[in-house]
Amino acid sequence: MDFGLTEEQEMLKTSARDFLEKECPRAHIRAMMENELGYSSDLWKKMADLGWLGLVFPEEYGGAGMRFRDLTILCEEMGRVLLPSPFMSTVLLGGMALLTAGTEEQKKEFLPRIASGDAIFTLAVLEEDGDFWPEGIQLKAVSRGDEYVINGTKSFVWDAKAADYILCAARTKRTANPEEGITLFIVDAKEWGVYASPLKNMDLLRKQFEVTFTNVPVPNKNIVGELHQGWPVLQQVALKAAAALCAEMVGGGEKVLEITVSYAKERIAFGVPIGSFQVIKHKCADMFGALEYARSLMEWAALSVDEDASNAAVAVSMAKAYCGDAYKKVCDEGIQIHGGIGFTWDHDMHLYFKRARSADTAFGDGNYHRELIAQSLG
Amino acid sequence: MDFSYSPKEEAFRKEIKDWLAENMKELPRWWFDPNVLGPDLDSPEMHQFNLWWHKKLYNAGFVGINWPKEYGGRGATLLEQVVFSEELAKHRAPGPTNGLGIGWCGPTIMSYGTEEQKKRFLPKILTAEEIWCQGFSEPEAGSDLANIKTRAVDQGDHYIVNGQKVWTSGGHYSDWAVLMVRTDPNAPKHRGITYLLLDMHAPGVTVRPLRQMTGHSEFNEVFLDNVKISKSLQVGETNRGWYIAMGTLEFERSGIGATVMRENVVKDLIKLAREMKRNGEPLSKDPVIRQKIAQFYIDVNVLKYTGFRALTGQLRGERPGPETLVGNLFGVELNQRLQDFAMHLQGPYSRLVRGSKYAIEHGDWQYRFLRSRGNTIETGTSEIKRNLIAERGLGLPRSGR
Repeated sequence: MDFGLTEEQEMLKTSARDFLEKECPRAHIRAMMENELGYSSDLWKKMADLGWLGLVFPEEYGGAGMRFRDLTILCEEMGRVLLPSPFMSTVLLGGMALLTAGTEEQKKEFLPRIASGDAIFTLAVLEEDGDFWPEGIQLKAVSRGDEYVINGTKSFVWDAKAADYILCAARTKRTANPEEGITLFIVDAKEWGVYASPLKNMDLLRKQFEVTFTNVPVPNKNIVGELHQGWPVLQQVALKAAAALCAEMVGGGEKVLEITVSYAKERIAFGVPIGSFQVIKHKCADMFGALEYARSLMEWAALSVDEDASNAAVAVSMAKAYCGDAYKKVCDEGIQIHGGIGFTWDHDMHLYFKRARSADTAFGDGNYHRELIAQSLG
Repeated sequence: MDFSYSPKEEAFRKEIKDWLAENMKELPRWWFDPNVLGPDLDSPEMHQFNLWWHKKLYNAGFVGINWPKEYGGRGATLLEQVVFSEELAKHRAPGPTNGLGIGWCGPTIMSYGTEEQKKRFLPKILTAEEIWCQGFSEPEAGSDLANIKTRAVDQGDHYIVNGQKVWTSGGHYSDWAVLMVRTDPNAPKHRGITYLLLDMHAPGVTVRPLRQMTGHSEFNEVFLDNVKISKSLQVGETNRGWYIAMGTLEFERSGIGATVMRENVVKDLIKLAREMKRNGEPLSKDPVIRQKIAQFYIDVNVLKYTGFRALTGQLRGERPGPETLVGNLFGVELNQRLQDFAMHLQGPYSRLVRGSKYAIEHGDWQYRFLRSRGNTIETGTSEIKRNLIAERGLGLPRSGR
């Protein structure tokens, strides 16, 4: 019985923290807020050199052969500094989908390029209604000999401008069961007919786009998984992405708590540090508690996914619902304890606050996951 | 990370399971069936029932599992203690009695007591031949515990003690108490306190039960009027009693047993939600109720995995950190929310208590609901716990309250 990090994992955590503190200072974040692509290719290359982009890919595909739990340690650290990068899109969405369901040729072609930093991926699933349900996937792909032709619009697509490839979920067949007839395609983002237009976003550090596909041809060999059977693959991808987001949220929340506690120790009001007031102490204690509880579920969920446990889906639903609520609460209180300064654009608190909202609503919010849990309880 | 137990622990688990399967057959019907009325909680019958079951557990070697053998314990590991609590709760079996003695007074004597005290007291704590209670709180020393006024005057080989204790759980049937007394009124308040063992049957000790909002009497006022306490009953050095009281002890920190009990409550709530109807539909179909039950299910898992993290720390030999406190805080507040929700599910039936033939499960839910209001007060109020988390865990400045 041991529910903690191994020595190697502790080392990974420490080295990631040191690297990101150095490479992703405040000035970098501020610059990226204004940048349309939303990432620095220099930093991306350095991350590739550290082996982060292929961390969980097998060595034969240019990866480091490490475990999913290790990957979530990186996500936690990225969440702490709000690292602006297409990491989640490329590794968790694109890479994981290929690793889960890709053909041998696809894995050989794309995974080494992801690992080396030469291919950026994203996933296009959501459409107009914005929800992660099979019914929401309406964009059509029609068979034309040895290729499919895609027409339609995807929304809420992360990092589409930076992406070299877009994994697109399309409807290839209509049946009574909406889960049937969804197919995943690897679309070359440079293809004529693919157009990404930026969405004006609250969270400026994770860019989102509307992507229109106009008569975009995709060769049959670019189908990921079985024809018409893309939904279970998407669920697998969503599961891992949600678990990774939990890690990101816990990392971000812990940073907010640190910033807030240190402010409460320094800020003087009525002649004493505000952190000596019980009302502030109790808020901080509750923030700490919420993050400890979130961490417990996040670590359990990450481990369940890592071990492909039979209860992984329920574990991730619990963690996702809890971490989202906890991160929001911690940011709410963080701003409140800072007072006016926490409400300014110059202070970083609002960046975390906005990330909490954008992460909470990605891959199912609390209500969505609680309903899934209720269904699992029968 | 490793969630598994060793073969040794699993063998022990099997032993417990087999024993429970055999011996739980002897439990009275009211224990299993909420629709059969059992004895009231503070009745002598209930006390006798607890002692009877305790004796069975003790004879089977399930009391004091991680206590050393020389004091009557099993000499087993912390994890085996965890496995036992877990199985007991999973089977919904009654636990041992004398909880304060086994969990608190005994370990204190073990850590700080003299050889003579250990030999004299420890075995009878485990057998529950002597029941223990705790004389810490006073009318003017609750959250501000170091403010105790009960005075012990040094008379050479003994003290003469005068004062009053309050909220003494189980005091009315206890044989011994751990007692904090003031031995130096001129020292700073934490440094003038001594830790004594009090014979509850000694001349000058008067116990007066207090009635709680549940209608029951579990705790008491204890009046000490010129009570003579021999110095052989002092634990640790004079004026160091505060640190002894606070220094306790190697508890099983994970609270896994309590977690499984909460899990049982969630299962019972789901059953209740299926049985209770509104406008012809079971409440379990109501989307708002479903959200709340799912959240409770999440919450018990929060408790469980926070417990595993605390346990990991303890097994790795780390000092108890604030994660132990937040786990405890979450547990007691969760219980209040669970019990409150049970009332919500019962609608107008929530108003009926033990004694009404229409009360659901003889009003057990109502008792637990009312009792749960004490959860955030006993063993330190939630406010005090939050102060400790903020000050010790986050390093915020200590201050006037």
